[in-house]
Amino acid sequence: MYQPQPDFGTPAPITIGVPVQLTVNGQAVTVPTGTSIMRAALLAGIKVPKLCATDKLDAFGSCRVCLVEIAGRKGYPASCTTLVEDGMEVVTESKRLTALRKNVVELYVSDHPLDCDHCSANGDCELQDTAAAVGVTASRYDFDGANHQDAAIDDSNPYFAFDPSQCIVCYRCVRACDDVQGTFALTVDGRGFESKVVAGQIESFMDSDCVSCGACVDNCPTEALQEKSILELGLPVRKVTTTCAYCGVGCSFEAELKGDQVIRMTPDKAGHANEGHACIKGRFAFGYATHKDRITKPMIRDSISDAWREVSWDEAIAYAARRLREIQAEHGPDSIGGITSSRCTNEETFLVQKMVRAAFGNNNVDTCARVCHSPTGYGLKTTLGESAGTQAFNSVDKSDCIMIIGANPTEAHPVFASRLKRRVREGARVIVADPRKIDLVSGVHVKADHHLQLRPGSNVALINALAHVVISEGLEDRAYIEARCEMPAYLKWRDFITGEENSPEATERSTGVPASEVRAAARLFASVPNGAIYYGLGVTEHSQGSTMVMGIANLAMATGNLGREGVGVNPLRGQNNVQGSCDMGSFPHELPGYRHVSDPAVRALFESEWGVEIQPEPGLRIPNMFDAAVNGDFKGMYVQGEDMAQSDPNTHHVEAALKSLDCLIVQDLFLNETARFAHVFLPGSSFLEKNGTFTNAERRISPVRKAIDSLCGMEDWEVTMALSNALGYKMDYSHPSEIMDEIARLTPTFHGVSYDKLDELGSIQWPCNEGAPEGTPTMHVDEFVRGQGYFAITGFVPTEERSTRRFPLLLTTGRILSQYNVGAQTRRTPNSQFYSEDVLEIHPFDAEERGIVEGDWVGINSRAGDTVLHAVVTPNVQPGVVYTTFHFPLTGANVVTTDNSDWATNCPEYKVTAVQVTRVTQPSAWQAEQKEFNRKQLGFLEKARMQ
Amino acid sequence: MAIRVYVPMDTTACALGADEVAALIRQQAITRGLDVDLVRNGSRGMFWLEPMVEVETEAGRHAYGPVMPADVGALFEAGFPTAAQSPLALGKTEQIPYFERQQRLTFARAGVGDSLSIDDYVNQAGFEGLQRALTLTPQQIVDEVKESGLRGRGGAAFPTGIKWQTVLDTPATQKYIVCNADEGDSGTFADRLLMEADPYQLIEGMLIAGLAVGATEGYVYLRSEYPLVAKIFSEAMRRARAAGYLGENLLDSGQDFTLALRIGAGAYICGEETSMLDSLEGKRGLIRYKPPLPAIEGLMGKPTVVNNVLTLGAVSTVLEKGAAFYRDFGTGRSRGTISVQLAGNISRGGMVELAFGESLRTLIEDFGGGTATGRPARAAQVGGPLGAYLPAHLWDVPLDYEALIEAGGMLGHGGIVVFDDEVDMAAQARFAMEFCAVESCGKCTPCRVGSVRGVEVIDRILADDNREFNFALLEELCDTMEYGSLCAMGGLTPFPVRSAVKHFKSDFLCGPVNTH
Repeated sequence: MYQPQPDFGTPAPITIGVPVQLTVNGQAVTVPTGTSIMRAALLAGIKVPKLCATDKLDAFGSCRVCLVEIAGRKGYPASCTTLVEDGMEVVTESKRLTALRKNVVELYVSDHPLDCDHCSANGDCELQDTAAAVGVTASRYDFDGANHQDAAIDDSNPYFAFDPSQCIVCYRCVRACDDVQGTFALTVDGRGFESKVVAGQIESFMDSDCVSCGACVDNCPTEALQEKSILELGLPVRKVTTTCAYCGVGCSFEAELKGDQVIRMTPDKAGHANEGHACIKGRFAFGYATHKDRITKPMIRDSISDAWREVSWDEAIAYAARRLREIQAEHGPDSIGGITSSRCTNEETFLVQKMVRAAFGNNNVDTCARVCHSPTGYGLKTTLGESAGTQAFNSVDKSDCIMIIGANPTEAHPVFASRLKRRVREGARVIVADPRKIDLVSGVHVKADHHLQLRPGSNVALINALAHVVISEGLEDRAYIEARCEMPAYLKWRDFITGEENSPEATERSTGVPASEVRAAARLFASVPNGAIYYGLGVTEHSQGSTMVMGIANLAMATGNLGREGVGVNPLRGQNNVQGSCDMGSFPHELPGYRHVSDPAVRALFESEWGVEIQPEPGLRIPNMFDAAVNGDFKGMYVQGEDMAQSDPNTHHVEAALKSLDCLIVQDLFLNETARFAHVFLPGSSFLEKNGTFTNAERRISPVRKAIDSLCGMEDWEVTMALSNALGYKMDYSHPSEIMDEIARLTPTFHGVSYDKLDELGSIQWPCNEGAPEGTPTMHVDEFVRGQGYFAITGFVPTEERSTRRFPLLLTTGRILSQYNVGAQTRRTPNSQFYSEDVLEIHPFDAEERGIVEGDWVGINSRAGDTVLHAVVTPNVQPGVVYTTFHFPLTGANVVTTDNSDWATNCPEYKVTAVQVTRVTQPSAWQAEQKEFNRKQLGFLEKARMQ
Repeated sequence: MAIRVYVPMDTTACALGADEVAALIRQQAITRGLDVDLVRNGSRGMFWLEPMVEVETEAGRHAYGPVMPADVGALFEAGFPTAAQSPLALGKTEQIPYFERQQRLTFARAGVGDSLSIDDYVNQAGFEGLQRALTLTPQQIVDEVKESGLRGRGGAAFPTGIKWQTVLDTPATQKYIVCNADEGDSGTFADRLLMEADPYQLIEGMLIAGLAVGATEGYVYLRSEYPLVAKIFSEAMRRARAAGYLGENLLDSGQDFTLALRIGAGAYICGEETSMLDSLEGKRGLIRYKPPLPAIEGLMGKPTVVNNVLTLGAVSTVLEKGAAFYRDFGTGRSRGTISVQLAGNISRGGMVELAFGESLRTLIEDFGGGTATGRPARAAQVGGPLGAYLPAHLWDVPLDYEALIEAGGMLGHGGIVVFDDEVDMAAQARFAMEFCAVESCGKCTPCRVGSVRGVEVIDRILADDNREFNFALLEELCDTMEYGSLCAMGGLTPFPVRSAVKHFKSDFLCGPVNTH
């Protein structure tokens, strides 16, 4: 039977002090200093009734149900707000306390009749439980007295409803919104009996600042804030602990179900990445998993101008294998390849690269992380020795200055953003380097000390200028550098960085950031005990993405900010398993654990395990595959859970490549943009339908557990295995745990990982091996993984993509909270009520110059292509810069982006495209063609379904 | 030589026409070619004589009152200001018995000079306490306050020195002095009187507190219904700053103290110290649980002295005259003087400062002169809207914190509201619950819901609806509020209710309350 997560009333004390001994009802109890009496009692198994208290929020002391007696003290202190003291003798049950509690609960019930049989929260209501615990069944006060029973329900939010008549004014929702989420959208209006919870300036939830994180709903003890799913379907009856499939924060959730229906997703308090918090996507936007667009039967066709045919799994797999082998026979072994997805599990990704290497017989495997964080892998490996972020998320709780570069956590990593903002409210300083005025620059109770509003494409100039100030003003941590870093490289770098061309005064011309701001920011960052850097795709998706990552690592090393809590270099990963897909060796040049294919010893290890010969030369990267396809050398592709047609740059080129393939096999939940060019469609399973693991941005491997049966009958890893077997390379796993065992055997940083240990610990941060059996929250503690830290020279080379007379504006791209990546999931949920189309943000100056007003259709032209969007005129972008998101396929943001890419990793330069923007009257020709093509392809799908 | 005439610039006096009286006096003087120097002083606190006009003579100050605008002409006809044979003449101010019998320490300067004149203040021993404090160590100042026996005059009567010691002993990067001037109790006005009549005394008290605990910033949280205080006190702060008493390196002492005035949010509950701190921080005035005490985690989470206006006022006396001088006034554990405010149905309403220990009856009958209606007095509510109703037969209780508690009441902020024999005490009990319902911050349940149910239960008692059951329910409700509430608002509301039931039960047995 479903049981809510245990609740100890008040949070554990932040710092674990000396133990305190007390007695509760005569029973000896020992707890750390700073623990509340309530928590001490509940930990000892002694129940204390409560309503306003929860261990998810700081004590508040309003409900007055948890009163206790303490020997030698007068009155009846609230156990939630009273801290334990040595020798305290607490009594939680007495005649007097019973009477007091009964009377208090009776007051609640006088305005909240116990009509539990008619309530959706019946069985999951703390008022109901508390009334039962203290023995109140009715109120002696007449119900004709003042009450709130006629208060109007606010059901404006698509996911939850607010019924003020059920509200007991415990403030838990308000406290959650303020203290946990940090949005401050809720308050209590009025006072005394007229106190009522309101959103915004007494608006509906939907019209207010509410971001639908759901923390208020989660914290509500009654039915007042309730998921609509529960109002419609009733309470869940079972639950499965699993990991969110959205962003790289990797929140742990309890999927709560009734039969095969997910009723709600409740963030797991024991989840290390999220500690009980969630965002709109993870908590609410799971409806896509059962959306009518899901394709659950395999389909094949000979050409993309044919209709689809639904076939059996066997037929589809056999057809795919035959086509792939035919291509290889005709065009050679290297004419096919595979693409893995950062949205799939580690096990699935591992299996795809294994199939490519063992069954395809080449190294033509790449991951979609190519187009987001490949420079992180390269840059951090080069400087620090490991291709991963250095900290756990809770490290930020100890940061004194937080530098955020090219990331917008509020929108893209909301659960981490809440944590970061809490730290800022505690007094941490903030430096934001971003072309746009993001929320952290000036949000509710958050204000950046410095906003370095640089021009797109000038990252490296900026990071060099910051480091220049640190070194030239003698602010570096000399002892740290001498102890931890390679001195010859450092000295060389020091000569380079102190060069006049790297001074803030010199780089101001490139960055547009006033030198004084850069100097002040550098001084601040260098002056604090703990400085941490968080960055996102605004760093990596540039022609100098890898250089910038190294520049960040240089700054962190120079200021001594690596190797302990509160500091570090932290890439914020976009998708749930970006880290994992890289770890799993789905790169053309690297085997799992970032080991190069050219290393004979490494190859030998895998060859002996897999019983095949592995090619010593790296295979094709994604852009190389496209180029080769267009050239006619590359003909077959297996794509698991990735949608290049929407997400990769220069759509025209991508579509040309896809059209030139003889066999495109797409494995996905939906007929995505890429699948419109496919010959074989293999239905995928959502994260609810399979077992596996995801690895989040803090290297945390978290279990994904099957909550319901796969809708298509096969989990994704089973499909890959079947294809491999059909190709003649035998795979025989009965459970993904066996795949993880193989990964652990072959990968030193995973040696200690197993499903049993994951069950035991909840999650594990790699490296996990003999040296760190329970994982590694903070990396590079005593020394860097590469031994000594390496200062790489990071000369600034301006991108070729610069504003010209023809393309005078710079287009940059980003994310919005309610939509996720290409939107395949979120667009199929009510999240679209929050954001239903991508728009172009343009500064008022640029808009006025072009006669553009808010809401106009505007055409965006680059040398790659053109598209049309609605305009939003806003000073959040700087003059000369325009901005959009790419969550909707018809937006065509990538029709405009170019094939410029990072010099080291080919990560596309999504963040800088020179464009012209003009007022137009209708969508572009490309958009019209797309509409027509979509209509045709959907018709083909309908035909398959009508067979 | 000019004749100096005083017309109070005090809220009560102005409400009764003092501004018009002042204008008319000026006009008459000009018309008659008299050389009059008109000074706007503070009130002497004898409100039944306001507007009370004083004239400075060689023999001292002579008072006339109450002088209504219509009286001004006649007064001048009778020889004002030199010597007037007028029915309004009160003789020498200081010989008015109501005034003469008082022991004024905190209010010694009130109404004597121009409230805003720093010279007047200094000429009357002003800032001498501060000057002495500047020669002492923080611990010596705190010790002085401790030894004086001074207890918080806001109502809770917590020993001031101990509170200061806590703040002094709590290390912090910033500490604050917060003056609670959100004087909201019914029938009280002493804070206002002091701030209008002698604003520098409060500033001096806050400066001394700042020196004592190491606080460099002070805030005065002023009741929003006191616009004249805001005007007078703001001007006083401006002048004090200009004269070097406030700001950086005050009086070249190397010490800093900045002071700011904040207008209250218009809620009774914001007079509760933790709620006031929230309000000062710009939040809703919501009660915080204690501990942590404000002395350890107060304003902005920093150690904070929160004291009432009269407490901080008394501090200047303690420092000026010494702890022993102050301690010699009073009785038992109630040392120094209490500023009683006589209000309600009373013949001579006003402020009376006396050493602790005088009986309630003396105050009501001798000072107050009985009821204004002339009818027999029946009850007095002491200590504000949360204080108990004391029937006339209990009025021999001495005014001292402990004695009042023993009599089932509380001294609170020293407000006394008198009722005659026409009062309906059931209506007063109902009002106590209603007041709580209207003014509750709404955080804790016993107060938020209990007060509303209290009104309803009393209504049912009065309607003879299941009366015994509801009396019992009311008793349980009072218990729940007293022992279960988060702060004194809900916790003390049962006192007026219970005292009304206890002493005046018959009033509950004779039909519904006329709530109008």
